[in-house]
Amino acid sequence: MSYRVHGAIQDVGAASLTRRSVLTGAVAAAGVVAAGRLPVLAQDGGEITVYSGRNENLIGPILTQFQEATGITVNARYGSTSEIAATILEEGANSPADVFLSQDAGALGAVQAEGLFTQLPEATLGLVDPRYNSADGLWVGLTARARVLAYNTEELTEADLPASVNDLTDASWNGRIGWAPTNASFQSFITAYRVLEGEDAAKAWLEAMSANGTVTFDGNGAILQAVADGELSGGLINHYYLYGAVAEAGGPIGAANYYFPGGDIGSLVNVTGIGILQTAPNAANAQTLIDYLLGEEGQTYFALETSEYPVVAGIETVEGLPALEEIEAPDIDLSDLADLQGTLELLAEVGLV
Amino acid sequence: MSLAAGTRKHALDGPRWPARAAGVRQPPLVLVALALAVAALVLLPLIYLIIRASEAGEKFRTLLLRDRTLEILINTILLSVSVAITAAVIAVPAAWLVARTDMPGGRWLSPLFALPLVIPSYIGALTFIVILGPRGELSRWLEKSAGIEAFPSIYGFWGSWLALSLFTAPYVFLTVSAALQGIDPVHEEAARSLGKGSIESFMRTTLRQLRPAIFSGMLLSALYAVSDFGVVSLMRYDSLTRAIFVQYQASFDRSYAALLGLVLVAFALLLVGAESMLRDKAVYYRIGSGVARQRQPRQLGWKKAPALLFAGVVLLLSLALPLIVLVRWLVRALRRGESFDQLLTVTGNTLVLGIAAALITTAAALPVALLAGRYRSRIGAVIERTTYIGYGLPGIVIGLSFVFLGANYLIQLYQTVPLLLLAYMVRFIPQAVGSTKSSLMQVNPRMEDASRGLGRSWTATMARITMPIAMPGVLAGAALVFLTVVKELPMTILLRPTGMDTLATEVWTASSDLRYGEASGPALMLILVSAIPSAVIFARARQTAMRGDA
Repeated sequence: MSYRVHGAIQDVGAASLTRRSVLTGAVAAAGVVAAGRLPVLAQDGGEITVYSGRNENLIGPILTQFQEATGITVNARYGSTSEIAATILEEGANSPADVFLSQDAGALGAVQAEGLFTQLPEATLGLVDPRYNSADGLWVGLTARARVLAYNTEELTEADLPASVNDLTDASWNGRIGWAPTNASFQSFITAYRVLEGEDAAKAWLEAMSANGTVTFDGNGAILQAVADGELSGGLINHYYLYGAVAEAGGPIGAANYYFPGGDIGSLVNVTGIGILQTAPNAANAQTLIDYLLGEEGQTYFALETSEYPVVAGIETVEGLPALEEIEAPDIDLSDLADLQGTLELLAEVGLV
Repeated sequence: MSLAAGTRKHALDGPRWPARAAGVRQPPLVLVALALAVAALVLLPLIYLIIRASEAGEKFRTLLLRDRTLEILINTILLSVSVAITAAVIAVPAAWLVARTDMPGGRWLSPLFALPLVIPSYIGALTFIVILGPRGELSRWLEKSAGIEAFPSIYGFWGSWLALSLFTAPYVFLTVSAALQGIDPVHEEAARSLGKGSIESFMRTTLRQLRPAIFSGMLLSALYAVSDFGVVSLMRYDSLTRAIFVQYQASFDRSYAALLGLVLVAFALLLVGAESMLRDKAVYYRIGSGVARQRQPRQLGWKKAPALLFAGVVLLLSLALPLIVLVRWLVRALRRGESFDQLLTVTGNTLVLGIAAALITTAAALPVALLAGRYRSRIGAVIERTTYIGYGLPGIVIGLSFVFLGANYLIQLYQTVPLLLLAYMVRFIPQAVGSTKSSLMQVNPRMEDASRGLGRSWTATMARITMPIAMPGVLAGAALVFLTVVKELPMTILLRPTGMDTLATEVWTASSDLRYGEASGPALMLILVSAIPSAVIFARARQTAMRGDA
């Protein structure tokens, strides 16, 4: 396909340069390119447009598997979760997306609050522990993950680490901690903080952390690397980055995960999830995708390849991962995390985004 | 009809109108209409951005005046000023050494100093991070061998400054080299004969004459630093472009991003305005320099050693180091079993976008250049100036505006190649207009008159006479557009069709995830793809320079 388009442009270009006006050639070329929609390969199963707030590195392989298994061509658009959510809100009824695959519950709640998701069937919702679904059945969880403090193991042991994420504002941690305020999981954690502790406490914590020299990163992967390299003592990230990095390095990387005990807000367990847009041009394919991701292939992929917690019973997790029940997570309803906008405004107010 | 008759009359007057200005004739209405349409398209994103930012309503003032805005603006100014100064400090001595001294290898050095242009600055920045970053190879070596631990972090200002200075120095180098060709060394030699040292006589004479060219090059460098998105993002430096992208990513209310975009445009247009004023001045200064005489290259003597060291360090950092790092990553990635199976498709996408954008942008530039270069009309001048606004619209701003426009109004074009091409056109049309116009100026209007006099229509005259003569310049403009499009990042990220990857976005995605090995293949391919049109442009620039010398 792309070869043909390429050739056509060259032909048009060559003709225009020798004979006709360049303008005609260019307009024709634009037409060819437009009609070509280059990367789309025609397959039998139709297509689906996935807006993914999760990274291509994590999601790309399972979408490829899905495409091979079903013959449905996947067009995936990647971005940060809040960016994709904002894009869906911007597009409104014009959105070309079929599904929104989010890195956290908060962004799903925000899109749900605008009335852009369609109701999911009971059969789908029933597969998943209700704690990990939208209370109204408008989105469904795909995987669970915990917030952790990744720490440098050359420098620190668990005994050196504080009992609460709130203690990281202590001067002894000055300049030693990293965070990623543009990351959706972090933002969801802040929303949870606002819900559980109140607006003022959340703002005070953010300001105290900033004043304590907390280092801002664009993503969790970079934070983990900085921790492993000894550039930082610790970083607030999700649990599974460690397992990915260890697998890639083929051994220990000089960093470990620490779970704040006693239901501390710093150990929030969140989900990644998915919802079908009301305007979805390929709603049936969207349902097929969700079923696939909640099926054995999908759940096993997330459990073993991205080291997350499956949300469907009977799937094994990656070696060395503590059981989800062992994490002393704070008690919060994930459907209460929908006020992403409020969190984004707070982060802007304190100058973090 | 009266137009044709008038032209015929003048044409028959023949030699009585030797250097008759082209501007006496009225431009055809079709041409004016086409050029107006192009100008309107160029203005479209800016206008919509203003509308969008004004949606902030009462918040507009509060947002504009908040500390954060000021802080980001100051960061941006600081970076662009220091980058421009450093680029000049690198490029002016380099240009002087190559043009005026017996520097060994001078013939080779000239293209080498310009060559970093083919390395996209964000790829250069990426390689610096790996070497100079915390626990980078050099930092670790320093720590081990010299015990230096408190190495200043490459992230933030220093890394952005280093990468942007090194990779914009070629702009200053090319501008200054061109000017040096036109400046008579007689003053400098006179100063030498009056007993001044070589550096002092250079400073007192040639440098003074070079000043407009240096400032012009510095402004180009500053403008690049202000518009750059990739380097400051990788280096995590809060300048305007990065802040706009972060706002775009992390806010449901995108009016602040639009507002920061306007602040950025205002600052960039200020630089564009200053540059164009200086460029006019620079032309004035160069007049009267066409003395054909043999130049005696300055004997460097013992200073050859430091001069060579200087050239070596600059070329090592801006050329050798990035290439070595990329090749090493590539080797490592291949050994690990990385297949780069997408590379062919992605390269194809990049080439198609580059070629299509070059064609469309050149086509759009044509009516503007014809109007401005062939006829002296007020509207032509206004339209030409308007298209130059593209220089002052950083990619992130155009991208943002077209996302807004596409998602809300141009729904059929949203996330399609044509809208992306339109964005490229707006951004890069000044390059095509400049190159096309200057080559049109080389066509003697009397040849056109003769063609018309012999009964050919205006279109046929353009097709048979004007365009063939101007074609090399038009193609050079197209090559320049191609070169800038293939490495373009922010507009491509925001506007590309879902699922369409280019070499630039592949490098970007892989490096944001710290998968440097996977970035190496597309990065090297991108350098290769950029090298081809660069060779065309350099060859032509050299040809033009030689013709000017004769």
